Amino acid sequence: MSDMELLLWARGPGLQGAVAVFVAGMALRLIEIYSLGRKRDLSPARPGNGGAGWATIITRSIPHKELLRTTYLTYILGYTFHIGLFVTLLLFAPHIQLFRGVLGFGWPSLPSPVVDAVALVSIAALFGMLAYRLYHPVKRFLTTFGDHAAWLLTMLPLLTGYLAFHHLLLPYTLMLAVHILSVELLLVFMPFTKLVHVATIFISRWYNGDMLGHKGARL
Amino acid sequence: MSASFERGVNSFREVMDAPIASFFSSCVHCGLCADACLFYTETGDPKYTPIYKLEPLKRLWRQEYTLLGKLASLAGLSKPITDAELAEWSELVYDSCTLCGRCTVACPVGNDITYMVRKMREGMAAAGHAPEGVIEATRKTIEQGSPMGIQLKAFLAQVKGQEEETGIEIPLDKAGVDYLVIMSSMEILGYPEYLGSLARIFKQAGLTWTVSSEAFEATNSGIQIGVSDIAREIVLRVVNAAEKLGVKYVISPECGHAFTALRWEGPNLIGRPYKFEVVHVLELLDQLRRAGKLKTVGKTDEPLTLHDPCQIVRRGGVVAEPRNLIRMVASDFREMEDSGMYNWCCGGGGGVSANHRAEELRFTVFKRKKRQIEGTGAVTMVTACANCRNVLEEGLERYHMDTKMIGLTELVAEHLKEDEQA
Ligand code: SF4
Ligand code: SF4
Repeated sequence: MSDMELLLWARGPGLQGAVAVFVAGMALRLIEIYSLGRKRDLSPARPGNGGAGWATIITRSIPHKELLRTTYLTYILGYTFHIGLFVTLLLFAPHIQLFRGVLGFGWPSLPSPVVDAVALVSIAALFGMLAYRLYHPVKRFLTTFGDHAAWLLTMLPLLTGYLAFHHLLLPYTLMLAVHILSVELLLVFMPFTKLVHVATIFISRWYNGDMLGHKGARL
Repeated sequence: MSASFERGVNSFREVMDAPIASFFSSCVHCGLCADACLFYTETGDPKYTPIYKLEPLKRLWRQEYTLLGKLASLAGLSKPITDAELAEWSELVYDSCTLCGRCTVACPVGNDITYMVRKMREGMAAAGHAPEGVIEATRKTIEQGSPMGIQLKAFLAQVKGQEEETGIEIPLDKAGVDYLVIMSSMEILGYPEYLGSLARIFKQAGLTWTVSSEAFEATNSGIQIGVSDIAREIVLRVVNAAEKLGVKYVISPECGHAFTALRWEGPNLIGRPYKFEVVHVLELLDQLRRAGKLKTVGKTDEPLTLHDPCQIVRRGGVVAEPRNLIRMVASDFREMEDSGMYNWCCGGGGGVSANHRAEELRFTVFKRKKRQIEGTGAVTMVTACANCRNVLEEGLERYHMDTKMIGLTELVAEHLKEDEQA
């Protein structure tokens, strides 16, 4: 198979297959969660907190200063990586073109050198997170094979994208194919690793806020 | 109630719900919850990381409630939970968690770890892995109607004592009044002046109230240990008495876990809403203050600080009330670092203070509170929970600190304007 054939396969059937697994997997995970149901809370709620679940989806992104003081490094690395990832994914011109092809509409992009720098920062943050995970006693204690797998699945698209953009290591066409394949790998495994938090974070934050709000504890 | 491993595992299955599944799904192993938990911060031992306390429950969830986990089990790739493992986890689930809720407000993905520990205890108790001290308290509750073995006679003696102390009659079993007052076990035994304080405050405010000979105690060890049938029985006692007397409100004592049991868990335990409202005593006092029915004179200029009881503040939504009340009677009120929603637990909530096995650990984690108190330079610490107070007093003694302690209701009563009566 030539590099071009591989690229075509990755862009065509490969991508379709990966998206299909991703959608089915996510649906399955959501069904697994919601099918367990929840008992209705019979205790009268404190008034005025009906929207606490929704609010918490937003507010939990803001670290509280009491907690930030002791754990700032986790927050800094986490924020840097996530913002970097989203900028790279959503504001890079070729990515937007792809979205336009699928969605039928696009949006303005950032200049490529800017995205390039952001991607590099994001990669650095991800390495920082790995180092911190291996160093910090609690993180190391909690770490499982799944954490390393999730790290690798996330790192590959960023890294291969960066290498492709700079025409490094492999011929461009092949590197681009590898880049797309790494995204597909990520999509396929996302529902079945801790990366599922891209979706379930909304659910868990909502429940958390709803339960605290019911009792009138405002955050 | 014969405990067995099977019953424990079944109970794990019973408590498994959508919130728990979403929490386990979302966890990214970031470890931030550890920094929120005083059992980790004061010992530095990673095994006290909040989410780790739930490991057996998490494994069961993965094995039985996720497709991938089921496949892994079929392929023999995951090991089932064992009785020995649950025994090992008893320390983590009971001794090193006060259900303080701090991890729940810290977790960036929104995991309500406290809720899960509370649920996991149901299975642990069913499997026979609850600690001795708490089992004992629960047994006493069933046999004698009280976790500390308090008899009606003892309660009535305290009532009589407070009547003599204050010169005010304390109504007993009086039907048709607005408020029913119940106390925590710790208050009945150690701090009966709480009742006298209420008598004086209510007299001034002109409230109609009573105590009951059938339900005088609010402490619910059934909830702390995680046995719902017993918890239900304890709640029902209060509900029956209150509904028989026809009161409009039951006043929860300062005790935080008693409040949680009665206000939030009670209706769910008995399967229906109450015919009365539950109001925390501090909420009521603050209502009276706002209505101008609580009149005090003078302010103490001693530096005061406040220990926020977790179940009242973080998990009960009563945050501003204690502060309003303190400011009414004190001119030099000093907040602790990390106060209010982010306050640190006294170290003895959630049944930990009744658990002898946990005593040394409790004193170790008290160091957090010690630093907080010392940081304020206050000579007196106010609190609003008799259990917290008892735990704090023991901690102060252990560390040779001379901080004085007072209950908030008592503090307010001390400044009550005597001649103003409705
Ligand atoms: S509820 Fe409190 S004591 Fe229990 S794990 Fe969470 S932070 Fe620690
Ligand atoms: S803070 Fe939340 S996401 Fe992080 S390890 Fe603890 S439970 Fe998991």
